[in-house]
Amino acid sequence: MKKFLSIMLALVLALGCLAGCGEPASSSTSGDGAATAFRIGGTGPLTGGAAIYGTAVANAAKIAVDEINAKGGIQFELRYEDDAHDAEKAVNAYNILKDWEMQIFMGSVTSAPGVATSAEANADNIFFLTPSGSSTDVLGGVADPLTGTVSIPRKSNVFQICFTDPNQGLASAQYIVDKNLGEKIAVIYKNDDVYSTGIYNSFAAKAAELNLNIVSTTTFTTDSQTDFSVQIAAAKDAGADLIFLPMYYDAASLILTQADAIGYAPKFFGVDGMDGILAVEGFDTALAEGVMLLTPFAADAEDEATQNFVAKYEAAYGETPNQFAADAYDTVYAIAAALEKAGATPDMTASQLCDVLVAQFTSADFAVDGLTGASMTWSATGEVSKAPKGMMIQDGKYVSMD
Amino acid sequence: MKKLRMSKATGINFLTYALVIIAFVVLQVMGNQGMLSSTLKGQLVPICAYVVMALSLNLTVGILGELSLGHAGFMSVGSFAGAVSNVALAASIPDAGLRLAVSMIIAAIFAAIAGVLIGIPVLRLNGDYLAIVTLAFGEIIKSLINNMYIGMDVDGLHASFVQNTLKLEAGGRMILNGPMGIPGIQKTSTFVAGFVLVMIALVVIFNLVGSRSGRAIMALRDNRIAAESVGINVTKYKMMAFVTSAALAGAAGALFAQGQNTIVPSKFDFNTSILILVFVVLGGLGRMWGSIIAAAALTVLPEMLREFADYRMLVYAIVLILVMLITNNPTIKNFFESVLDRIKSGKKAKEGGAEA
Repeated sequence: MKKFLSIMLALVLALGCLAGCGEPASSSTSGDGAATAFRIGGTGPLTGGAAIYGTAVANAAKIAVDEINAKGGIQFELRYEDDAHDAEKAVNAYNILKDWEMQIFMGSVTSAPGVATSAEANADNIFFLTPSGSSTDVLGGVADPLTGTVSIPRKSNVFQICFTDPNQGLASAQYIVDKNLGEKIAVIYKNDDVYSTGIYNSFAAKAAELNLNIVSTTTFTTDSQTDFSVQIAAAKDAGADLIFLPMYYDAASLILTQADAIGYAPKFFGVDGMDGILAVEGFDTALAEGVMLLTPFAADAEDEATQNFVAKYEAAYGETPNQFAADAYDTVYAIAAALEKAGATPDMTASQLCDVLVAQFTSADFAVDGLTGASMTWSATGEVSKAPKGMMIQDGKYVSMD
Repeated sequence: MKKLRMSKATGINFLTYALVIIAFVVLQVMGNQGMLSSTLKGQLVPICAYVVMALSLNLTVGILGELSLGHAGFMSVGSFAGAVSNVALAASIPDAGLRLAVSMIIAAIFAAIAGVLIGIPVLRLNGDYLAIVTLAFGEIIKSLINNMYIGMDVDGLHASFVQNTLKLEAGGRMILNGPMGIPGIQKTSTFVAGFVLVMIALVVIFNLVGSRSGRAIMALRDNRIAAESVGINVTKYKMMAFVTSAALAGAAGALFAQGQNTIVPSKFDFNTSILILVFVVLGGLGRMWGSIIAAAALTVLPEMLREFADYRMLVYAIVLILVMLITNNPTIKNFFESVLDRIKSGKKAKEGGAEA
């Protein structure tokens, strides 16, 4: 009894202390120099299975912020919090950023956390621009490709810098038909993943419309993404001459290796998640020869901006940046451009900045040149105007197919 | 002697209620005064949900004495049943609080049905075998919901399995979209609702444990053969504890889901089951107040450790190991016991003095 009582008292005291500690901390941050720099926050998987995407975005955003700060003019303060690719933790991370008095939110890197944090940001009226949360549920107001109904109303202050999942599915199907890439098509997708399923659903809908001959559709999950022998055998038995792989490059690299091991060499067609496959450790890049993918960014592009970014990224982090990194870099520059154009100042509240930025992003004369697209514009639906580009891997390099 | 033991149990029960009420009042007052950070405010509902999860699992592990590794499965059933009914009932029950209560009851019923279904084969097993089967159950639930599609339009609810073949009328909406889960949940869970659910869970568990059935359940835990020999119906009492535990977990799931903007089936995986088991083991088997404190502390802890940045989860694991070691260290235990004894003997001497 006595022991219980003492523990209980200790807990109540600890709780009081805990809440007490939280309060002065947040009030002190608002006190010192909040008016000199815009506070940008973001959440992403910095730990766990999806950490490569989160760290790429956080690293690239830091490069962009350092560049902009070095120029003078607009100043940024950047903070990335870990969400471990989990919606619940992402909301916790978002609340931490809110306690830090974040003014502009770079959203979440991955889709499921992005759906949660965009709803929060919409309720709090904090501007949300995600580099890579490509699910349409992040934006809201987009019809489901299979049923044609809208589940979530449009979140008016939420924008994307990447193209949406269904957009990629539609473009892929159209591309395969237009270029006459395959007669019999097999699809392998990850059916416990928002990204992969989102692309597959719209691909399937468009393929039916275009009378594409899909001979085999097989799936895998996070738990079974090391062995693809069943899926590859199914595609081979069905005589598929093109396999569509709407997934990230880690799984795709295994599929290429395992298909090669059984002597099966169809054409492979991927989406933007395939970007990065040439950098997979231990992967024989010769297997990726002839792989086609849709991506907005190629690390070996000739233009000066890309080369500058790639050189800086390689120097700082020792690896070639992928499309996630490029999207994050563009995100920071897009925000900076909009702030500059609107003449916003860092002493404005998050809500005021949100209204200003939404007005800029939806205005007709606002366009941003970035690494992932020239003169990108945004519509009121939150989608970016840039279109997926077809690339093919030749001699270990991306070559445009257009 | 018996009377003394009983009164001790009742005393602990009342102090547990008091603990929850005091914590609620303190947090509620601080929340109203604007003294809580957004981070802690955002975590109040998940804390309540995890507390109820820990309490319900403690019923299975601590009172019934069967190790369950699939408790997140019941939470998942409750989450999706609750969130789907929340969306489906939005038009017919406009009052958010009432809708939340109804959806929690629906969630509890669904989870209880799942509990019965899994209980029939599982409770014939013991120990390790039961643990493995419950683990499989959690995975099965995850894959089932991953392949389930539920939509709603003017004609009512539609469902399909494996492939999304729903044809919805204009103005309808997808509710549960397979692996994408339920993306647009209207948040109806509140801290007050969470507090009420914790209190209900405590009342249910304490009354069950204190009743004749509860003693039968504990007799099964302590010695199954002896209990059977005095005529205790093993299946009946095991089922009673297991299904109660499942129903509470379902209600906790509904509370959790409706405090989130989005839930996906892969959230309720093996790791979540283990996390809840950690709350129970850390708080002490059969000790309800321990589960409450452990669940609350371990939910807040990862957020408090964000200052460690990349080393956060490492520090979290180290803290966990230290706490487990310290609470089980005989030297430290002996030290506390001797301190307690000294206090007790001092108190007795005082009482003796007063009487004289």
